[in-house]
Amino acid sequence: MTTTETPRLGTAKRGGRLAVPNGAYRGLLAAVAVIFVGLVLWFVISIIVQAKPAFSTLGFSWIVQKTWDPTHHKYGLLPFILGTIETTAIALVLAVPIGLGTALALAYLVPHRLRASLGTAVELLAAVPSVVYGLWGLIVLAPLCRDYLEPFLTSVFGWTGLFNGPNQGVGLLLAGIILFVMVLPTMVAISRDVLAVVPNEQVEGAMALGATRWQVLRKVVIPGARTGLLGGFTLATGRALGETVAVALVIGNTPFIAHSIKSPAATLPSLIVNNFGEATGTELSALFGAGLVLLVIGVAVNATARALVRSTARGGAASVAVA
Amino acid sequence: MIDPTAVPPTAHKGIDLNTAEVLMDRPVGEPIMRLDDVTVSFAGRNAVRGVTFDVHQGEITALIGPSGSGKTTLLRALNRMHDTVRTASVTGSVKLGSTDLYAGTTDATLLRSRVGMVFQRPNPFPTMSIYENTVAGLKFNGVRKKALLDEAAESALIAAALWDSARDRLKAHASTLSGGEQQRLCIARALAVEPEVLLMDEPTSALDPIATKRIEELIGELKHRVTIIIVTHNMQQAMRVSDRCAFLLMGEDKAGELIEFGPTAKLFSEPTDPRTLDYVNGRFG
Amino acid sequence: MTTLTFEAPADPILERRRQIQGVAQASLNRRKTYSKIAIGVCWAFLAVAIVPLVGVVAYVLIKGLPAWNADFFTQVTEPEGIPGGGVWNAIVGTAVIGAIATAAAVPIGLLCGLFLAESDGRIAGAIRFTADVMTGVPSITIGIFGYIAIVSHTKQFSGLAGAFAIGIIMLPVIMRAGETAIRGVPFHLNEAALALGARRATVARRVVVPAAMPGIITGVLLAVARGLGETAPLLLTIFGNQYLQWNPTKPMEALPLVIYNNSSQPYADLIQVAWGAALLLVVVVLALSIGSRVLAAVLQREKR
Repeated sequence: MTTTETPRLGTAKRGGRLAVPNGAYRGLLAAVAVIFVGLVLWFVISIIVQAKPAFSTLGFSWIVQKTWDPTHHKYGLLPFILGTIETTAIALVLAVPIGLGTALALAYLVPHRLRASLGTAVELLAAVPSVVYGLWGLIVLAPLCRDYLEPFLTSVFGWTGLFNGPNQGVGLLLAGIILFVMVLPTMVAISRDVLAVVPNEQVEGAMALGATRWQVLRKVVIPGARTGLLGGFTLATGRALGETVAVALVIGNTPFIAHSIKSPAATLPSLIVNNFGEATGTELSALFGAGLVLLVIGVAVNATARALVRSTARGGAASVAVA
Repeated sequence: MIDPTAVPPTAHKGIDLNTAEVLMDRPVGEPIMRLDDVTVSFAGRNAVRGVTFDVHQGEITALIGPSGSGKTTLLRALNRMHDTVRTASVTGSVKLGSTDLYAGTTDATLLRSRVGMVFQRPNPFPTMSIYENTVAGLKFNGVRKKALLDEAAESALIAAALWDSARDRLKAHASTLSGGEQQRLCIARALAVEPEVLLMDEPTSALDPIATKRIEELIGELKHRVTIIIVTHNMQQAMRVSDRCAFLLMGEDKAGELIEFGPTAKLFSEPTDPRTLDYVNGRFG
Repeated sequence: MTTLTFEAPADPILERRRQIQGVAQASLNRRKTYSKIAIGVCWAFLAVAIVPLVGVVAYVLIKGLPAWNADFFTQVTEPEGIPGGGVWNAIVGTAVIGAIATAAAVPIGLLCGLFLAESDGRIAGAIRFTADVMTGVPSITIGIFGYIAIVSHTKQFSGLAGAFAIGIIMLPVIMRAGETAIRGVPFHLNEAALALGARRATVARRVVVPAAMPGIITGVLLAVARGLGETAPLLLTIFGNQYLQWNPTKPMEALPLVIYNNSSQPYADLIQVAWGAALLLVVVVLALSIGSRVLAAVLQREKR
């Protein structure tokens, strides 16, 4: 958008109000932009600075060591990194197919009259605060998980060795499920948007060749939307990785590497939020370090997601705040 | 190209009626598709009504008329594209050979492998290569044998005058082609399924004059391979390309009706109906 | 490359047509069944998706409503074991923190949005990308930032630190929403005003921003809804306060905090309060989200 500069006329009054000269206006905008950049830099630098003592004291490998025991000066972050990855993985394994199927249904299968309202309902659900999901997960879902889901899964899949241990309700599995429920609205909203804008002429082109309904969806619609879909999935991943309170409430918070899907575990965010209040010295610095690791992971995933979503730039759920 | 008056192949044993009929090498000029009192309505309001005429094998039949006369609506009824429109209703009968298109026992998906369609704006699948686009229809219909796919693709691309330029870049994306080439790709894609009838909905209206001319030439050559029904709002194109014309006009009830149907030369020089005369003399758009 | 084989019967096209039709007919049932099953799976997934989402809303409603009585809204939080109590201090805290965060984030965010809308250079592109990434950054890291920036310097937890963190979360959201809304303004409006000799600032103030108002308002309300629901940043910055506190320089209570803290307690009355607070939070957030759409639609219609 190029605009020609109107000649500067100084600060002549117009209609009784002081007209801002173009230079000052542009200067103000640029200054505010600088403020934003400054805040972001301050943010990143301050975390790095606060985490530095941990690195100087402990070197670099502490991040991937597996024991977290502050009383013995051990600050291994591996259990938490793994916990973060594992809960996100469970969430994605559920969210990707179910999210895609739901989005397809909303975009192409549901009767036309219902599409707008259901779409809005899904977008509204994306606004529900995560702590509410955590409360629901802990009070409502955990007992269900313990009494019905976990015994069922253990009996069916126990042979894989992934379901050892007692049924406690709280743990990796429940955290993964809660994350799945949380990222679902966002993923469905974005996926539905990109699926619905695949040009109708391609859908018709496939139909006219003798394709069945599913063939049209699978061979034309989904590939046509694939960049946006990937972006939506990645955004959901970013959200799942960074989620704190819902996970902290249901994961059981034990600082060990989980040996089964049912075990209690912990994630980087849950570690930080649980220990921040009383940590001092090296432990506090280690927590900052955990924050730094989380930040790096979060930024990497989100940057990828945004790059993907950008290339199918459309309005709707994708462009404004995606929590 | 193929000599349509050659001896028809012998009927193979054990094949049901439909397939045998598909094999049948009807002499040029015999009716292959018959429309009888076809009416298409949306939510109760007629868009085109009471259309009756025969489409003849090996010929190019043009649907002409001013815009709004229901030509495209009628065309789309011939491969049941209105099936997906909830409010649409098609009455009357459309027969492809002895198959009633709208009978309960006729499967729309299968029908579309026998009646293909080329759209107004080129719509190749953007995520697929040239080759994949060409064989897309075959794959939709369950064909998996590579030999058959390759053979059909080559034949179709040759017929669409795309083989020479495309043979070395079959893996290139369809979007690298120009507009005219994309439309020829769409034609190849439709031809690869070896339909008996090819419906063309104003196939050149989105193209520049040079591309238009090339496709018109193409259409002329294609009629030996497949019967063509083409919608065009361009009278000169109809004159150049078609053997027979069906002239439709919007009536007072805002529904299109068939005014006159007959050989192109006669329709344009000595039409029976005065309205046809007015149209071909350019007296209304 | 394959070559066309010429063997009797001599017409390869008819022969191919026979083969293709044979395959098409033979595979028809299989293809249609597969399609039906796949589409059925999509419907099933839709059902699976609806259940927990509706479940959450339903439970919050069913369990939260009983908690809503006069006391709930007027009394402050009581520790476990002591009956009664409400969330008035949390409501006040949420409101004060939200107000400060909004007051700070909206002007800066909109001006930045204006900046981005008027620039297409690489720097602006980088800033835009940064803002996009910032909207998805784990909120606890922003809480850490709030802690470092304010709490550790003032040596005290405070509502201000919380507002700072929430403001940072809201800022990029408002920036991008503002830019999108402003960019959506038809270019000819901008051009016409500039052609008439108006200064860019005047054009922005008198023409562009008002025209983009529906989109801006929607974006701001959505940002506020998001900010009010954030918990992790508050956990590290405001500490909580069981007494009523209007002064943002002191520790404060907030609704998300109450929910979080009470959830893991074994006392039924605390859990009850948590549900009530959850319902309140959900109602407020949904009201803002729905309200923003309604408002945008109304303003959009009035513009025509």
